[in-house]
Amino acid sequence: MPEGTFCNRRPVNTEEDLKSLLGDKGGAQYYKEMAELEVDVEALKTSLQKTLQSRTKTWLEICAHCGMCADSCFLYRVNDRDPKQVPAYKIQSTLGEIVRKKGEVDTAFMMHAMEVAWSQCTCCNRCGMYCPHGIDMGVMFSYLRGLLFSQGFVPWELKIGSGMHRVYGAQMDVTTEDWVETCEWMAEEQQEEWPGLEIPVDKEDADTMYVLNAREPKHYPEDLAEAAILFHLAGENWTVPSEGWEQTSLTMFAGDWAGCKMQVERVYAAVDKLRPKRVVGTECGHAHRATVIEGPYWAGRPDGRTPVPFLHYVEWVSEALTTGKLKIDPEKRIKEPVTLQDSCNYVRNHGLARHTRIIMSYIAEDFHEMAPNREHNYCCGGGGGFNGIGRYRHQRNVALKTKRDQILATGCKLVVAPCHNCWDAIRDLEEEYEIGIRWSFLKPLLIGMVIVPEHLKPQEEDE
Amino acid sequence: MYAFLTGPMLWVALLVFFGGLAARVVWYVRGLSWQLDRVAYGPHLAHGLKGGIHSALKWMVPFGTYSWREQPYFAVAFFLFHIGAVLVPLFLAGHNIILAERFGFSLPVLPMGIADALTVAAIIGLVMIALRRIALTEVRILTTAYDWFILAVSAAPFVTGFVARLHVGNYEAWLLAHIITGELLLIVAPFTKLSHIVLFFMSRGQLGMDYAIKRGGYSRGAAFPW
Repeated sequence: MPEGTFCNRRPVNTEEDLKSLLGDKGGAQYYKEMAELEVDVEALKTSLQKTLQSRTKTWLEICAHCGMCADSCFLYRVNDRDPKQVPAYKIQSTLGEIVRKKGEVDTAFMMHAMEVAWSQCTCCNRCGMYCPHGIDMGVMFSYLRGLLFSQGFVPWELKIGSGMHRVYGAQMDVTTEDWVETCEWMAEEQQEEWPGLEIPVDKEDADTMYVLNAREPKHYPEDLAEAAILFHLAGENWTVPSEGWEQTSLTMFAGDWAGCKMQVERVYAAVDKLRPKRVVGTECGHAHRATVIEGPYWAGRPDGRTPVPFLHYVEWVSEALTTGKLKIDPEKRIKEPVTLQDSCNYVRNHGLARHTRIIMSYIAEDFHEMAPNREHNYCCGGGGGFNGIGRYRHQRNVALKTKRDQILATGCKLVVAPCHNCWDAIRDLEEEYEIGIRWSFLKPLLIGMVIVPEHLKPQEEDE
Repeated sequence: MYAFLTGPMLWVALLVFFGGLAARVVWYVRGLSWQLDRVAYGPHLAHGLKGGIHSALKWMVPFGTYSWREQPYFAVAFFLFHIGAVLVPLFLAGHNIILAERFGFSLPVLPMGIADALTVAAIIGLVMIALRRIALTEVRILTTAYDWFILAVSAAPFVTGFVARLHVGNYEAWLLAHIITGELLLIVAPFTKLSHIVLFFMSRGQLGMDYAIKRGGYSRGAAFPW
């Protein structure tokens, strides 16, 4: 059987295909088909010829096999220093083999490569910081994921994730109507407590356009309400687009580069249409990476820049606090010891550590850094799609031990985690290891401590 | 034999070495692609180069990076070897006599005692690197015959040269062995992992530019905290 019904080399592009793939619970049939899926060697060869250029070739070639990357990898450390978890070994034995064999690899090999690419690397890019030659194995694993995706060797959930973006323009089945209704519903619900609060949809020429993570409207609409309240309190002239509001990109985790381009172009199209001065994204790491860091390249922008400035939520908050648009009630600052999770995607990979420290200096009285931190921090344990893949749940749970131990070492019971993936991983590690911690995004914390200007306070109730 | 090896053969070796390495640099830079690498090299060249140069320099300072500080044994081994490997071949008095004779110019010369010390240090560094390769499971799993070949090719000119210098045994034979292994190193360098002599700078520069241009360099500054 060259290709399966569910597991094949074609991305999911229709709602019908998406629903039937979703119907294959846990991907039982999907993975059975994968074991029979033939490798299209010619296509793989062509792909290597076209896309494997000097940077990656040189990385693979000059790796001195010194093993300095071993200790930089949290997955190596947390798996009893299994030498098979050394980053250089992981990439040399997968992508390196494919390149050395010029694409002449078989199905069993590709399934093994899939397992390594999605369960032994979260593309956190930490190893690249510790390699004397500057070999970034996270970047190479991302490249490998692209090769695997194009051949159909991708975990079931991520094939679905990529399909969601292709079909709904969002990582979940949230349609434009669902989204706009959620905005109206949330605005209405907040009216009483926050008179005048709006969630303006498709307002042109606003100062700020807000984009977010489909999970928010789908599962935690209160997050959208909180964003609205904070914009309202800060006096922000803002809007959300009816289309192009989804900032995340499971296509990036899947290695679906064409899907990544479609996804980010939707967001940029909203910018073109509504002409905001700038865009603010929600508390999500990979969404920022997909839209702001990698996105311009997928969209073919030669300057590598977004069409207008794109801020991560932490940049907006740090600006609002330093300019006084949001003022914190000193009485309500966090008194207990509190620590902060640095998201790889916007801290290591976008230099925003300064902003989260500014925020902590405003909101916390007893802030404790994790060790290591900032650019050198470890992945939460669930990045790069790891959180969402059932097949690798066990490996993911082992991976969470790194963050568990980092948090325990701070002695804090509260963790600020301004990133969806990190937030999930920390929630799961509490569930798995019960260390008695709480975790939070910034929005609910801020709402609990900002000073509400007189004119925005609810009117006294009628006697 | 000696005349041939330090005459025409030296020419060939040096041409292959410099020509080959130059070709590797040209090939590397030409193979960079802003779309595939997803780094806008051109529009941010000056800022990017700042990051690239910082990325290379920082790693050339002993214990200059987090990684070097976390691996003190390897850092010591690495720098013991590489300092000697760069300075001794270039500034050894004996080498410069040949340079002056054959090509009519020479470089400043290291005092003999210092050259000896650097050579011994380099050999100690190599031994440490080899021991580490055998002792650590995380290095062993990566190690191939090719890695040992590279180590041997790098060690041979130092060991033979030092034995010749000490006048132990047959001086003529050791000297010839030194010249042959030295020229072998020069000739294979562009075609093997030894091409890192230049590609180290390319690869480090590229990652430094990547971080400076795309991955936060405009927020944290061009210099990444390596």
